[in-house]
Amino acid sequence: METLEAILAQHPFFDRLEQRYLDLLVGCASNVRFDARQFILREGEEANHFYLIRHGKVALEIFAGHRGPITVETLEDGDIVGWSWLFPPYRWRFDARAVETTRAIALNGKCLRTKSEQDHDLGYELLKRFARIVEERLQATRLQLLDVYEVRS
Amino acid sequence: MVALMPPPMVASAQHPMVPRPYTVCGVRRETYDTFTLELGSEHAAEFAFAAGQFNMLYVFGVGEVPISISGNPTQPNVLIHTTREVGAVTRAMRQLSAGDVLGVRGPFGSHWPVEEAAGADVVIVAGGIGLAPLRPALYHILAHRERYGNVILLYGTRTPADILYKKELKQWEAGLRLPVHITVDRAAGAWRGSVGVVTTLIPRASFDPRNTVAMVCGPEVMMRFTARELEKRGVKPENIYVSMERNMKCAVGFCGHCQLGPTFICKDGPVFRWSRIEPLIAVREI
Amino acid sequence: MMAAASQSATRLQPSTRLVLERNDFEQLLQTLKRRDYRLVGPTVREGAIVYGELDSAADLPVGWTDEQNGGSYRLRRRGDQALFGYVVGPHSAKMFFHPPAVRLWQAKREDRGFQVEEEKSESPRTALIGLRSCDLHAIAVQDRVFLHGPKVDPLYRARRENAFIIAINCGKAGGTCFCVSMNTGPKVTLGFDLALTEVLKDGRHYFVVEAGTERGFEVLSEVPNRPAQDNEVAAADLLVQRTAAQMGRSMETTGIKELLCRSYEHPRWDDVARRCLTCANCTMVCPTCFCTNVEDVTDLTGEHAERWQKWDSCFTMDFSYLHGGSVRPSAKARYRQWMTHKLATWIDQFGSSGCVGCGRCITWCPVGIDITEEVRAIRESERSISTQGANHGNP
Repeated sequence: METLEAILAQHPFFDRLEQRYLDLLVGCASNVRFDARQFILREGEEANHFYLIRHGKVALEIFAGHRGPITVETLEDGDIVGWSWLFPPYRWRFDARAVETTRAIALNGKCLRTKSEQDHDLGYELLKRFARIVEERLQATRLQLLDVYEVRS
Repeated sequence: MVALMPPPMVASAQHPMVPRPYTVCGVRRETYDTFTLELGSEHAAEFAFAAGQFNMLYVFGVGEVPISISGNPTQPNVLIHTTREVGAVTRAMRQLSAGDVLGVRGPFGSHWPVEEAAGADVVIVAGGIGLAPLRPALYHILAHRERYGNVILLYGTRTPADILYKKELKQWEAGLRLPVHITVDRAAGAWRGSVGVVTTLIPRASFDPRNTVAMVCGPEVMMRFTARELEKRGVKPENIYVSMERNMKCAVGFCGHCQLGPTFICKDGPVFRWSRIEPLIAVREI
Repeated sequence: MMAAASQSATRLQPSTRLVLERNDFEQLLQTLKRRDYRLVGPTVREGAIVYGELDSAADLPVGWTDEQNGGSYRLRRRGDQALFGYVVGPHSAKMFFHPPAVRLWQAKREDRGFQVEEEKSESPRTALIGLRSCDLHAIAVQDRVFLHGPKVDPLYRARRENAFIIAINCGKAGGTCFCVSMNTGPKVTLGFDLALTEVLKDGRHYFVVEAGTERGFEVLSEVPNRPAQDNEVAAADLLVQRTAAQMGRSMETTGIKELLCRSYEHPRWDDVARRCLTCANCTMVCPTCFCTNVEDVTDLTGEHAERWQKWDSCFTMDFSYLHGGSVRPSAKARYRQWMTHKLATWIDQFGSSGCVGCGRCITWCPVGIDITEEVRAIRESERSISTQGANHGNP
């Protein structure tokens, strides 16, 4: 049975993170599992965790009234879900639902915020990684917006 | 005695602008705006072509358009074209039925590097209707599967309703060890697959960038971003192939319309190495 | 040397120069007519010298000359009766070899299909009279497009094979000419059946003639001619040399392909775009521009269809239409496309420049855009940048 530490260390998000920071983070981490169709987080609720997907698939959904729920993005092994815990008001902006059975590491947001305030170097390491993820997602989202497959004749 | 002048020459019967008539065997709806035409001939190898080439298809009295061939190059007795209904000619083609006649000129153009890719991993990235010009390459590769390393198909469409060749893709994945990763730009509730642009499939895909040939086809902006993502993973630009499009009228290098910088899409393309195309399309409105 | 000698009497030598007197010139035209050639040559019409059918030498622009400059073309009377005392007008040989409208085939509906009827090459035998060296180079340039590529245009080939060419060595240079810069003249060196230099000197009026082909020589043999004397050859050569020294424009062509291919983002394109009307005159008068449109048409019953090939221009918005829009919507992009194709990418495509230095695009541009000036501006801006760089050091 792998330890939480080992799992954290192997996750791509923490690639090349120094051991002493991993040690700090372990205290905020826990193993979680979601069944297919289970909600991981709901729009409007307090954003207390973020999730490192170990294995599975998660859909980010927005409920668009009469159009029903629209999946704007899916995330898979190695991806992270959620950064609303980083910034006030610490509330989720959309739903995230497991598409299939998904195993993940949950990291407690409040715990991480507190430790980052105490140790700015840890905070910097975390924010560097989040910034890269946000940049990639923004880039991909912009491409999605372009609607490149639209027919113009 | 006046020497005789040579008589006026009669135009050759092989004028490259004359279409050959073929009989339609069937027209099949693929999605709400895409359909597949099948043409037949008595001659076994009538429609010999290389994967990536295109024909000019003529509807009597309506007009002629360039359409990539999307059939199996190892079965040259039938000619298959999948196309979107976007204008007068494709609309007229959509109305054809078995027994009608379509004019064909071709095949024209350069082809996917299915021979050169032997011994390497092959990453095929299709966007939207771009899967149609890539399907012949897939047929060829799967017919000679042992010659290649890892072969994967990454396929992005607008919505799940736009996915082409669904049954065939499932068969290939199941029977022929071809991993097929599909993603859509947007999806309603029932979709259980990936959502996101096709470039998001690249970082996770299983291939060795140092020994990979990539074949990419789709809207130009999609090919550009896909090539960049492949380069980011270490695939060399000369090993990435794209299929370019421009306004096309004659397909034989006479009318000048299809030029992209120094290249004629009809003769030098449509399949090009990314290394050749990238500096050209970096110039806006080239 | 007697006239109408049999073939064996004089062997055709490349350098054989013969003299044809002005009075015998008409016989040359009539000889061609007897051989079923229709005569096409320069003639005055609507204030310009254009190509038209000729009946006799009287239909030529006898005693006329032209004055050309950027956006300007005027005819003026000469003080003499020269038949060819002008340079090139808005027409070029492409009117005949690559005509503005060509039917490619016809078809009629048959059951659920159709039957195509191919075009026989109409191509009556035509004698093109008065082509200049730049025109002949332009024909060679178009030959590379239609005859020497992976596909051959059989209708073009037929038109080429049925043409007899009488070329003229220019006795004066035009205001917009720069054939010397492009190595395409003024002396005629290729692609002719007969080449004439018209000499009016010391009360005499004659032509020094070279035959370029066997059939040219045969035709000439039916017209009174004799070997040229040294002073006559010298007079002809001097005229051509003087023409070469009088060019109205010039273009430095060293490294021009590389120059333009690295200048796609040059600000000069914005400058010319402010002036260019995208009227497409330049592409119509240019003797090498070959772009065409393909039009499929049908009659009202829908039973009869035709495919036509018609002149087109990269200056139109439709030219690059793709998926709902033009790939080159701006005037800047379209002018840039024309000029870089003509002077640079043409070399990659066909092994030679697309420009023959005839100057027509300069003369017939309504706002006088000068292709030689545009190249100069780009080239000199590079020079001044590198000078600045030398002064201020590399950033």
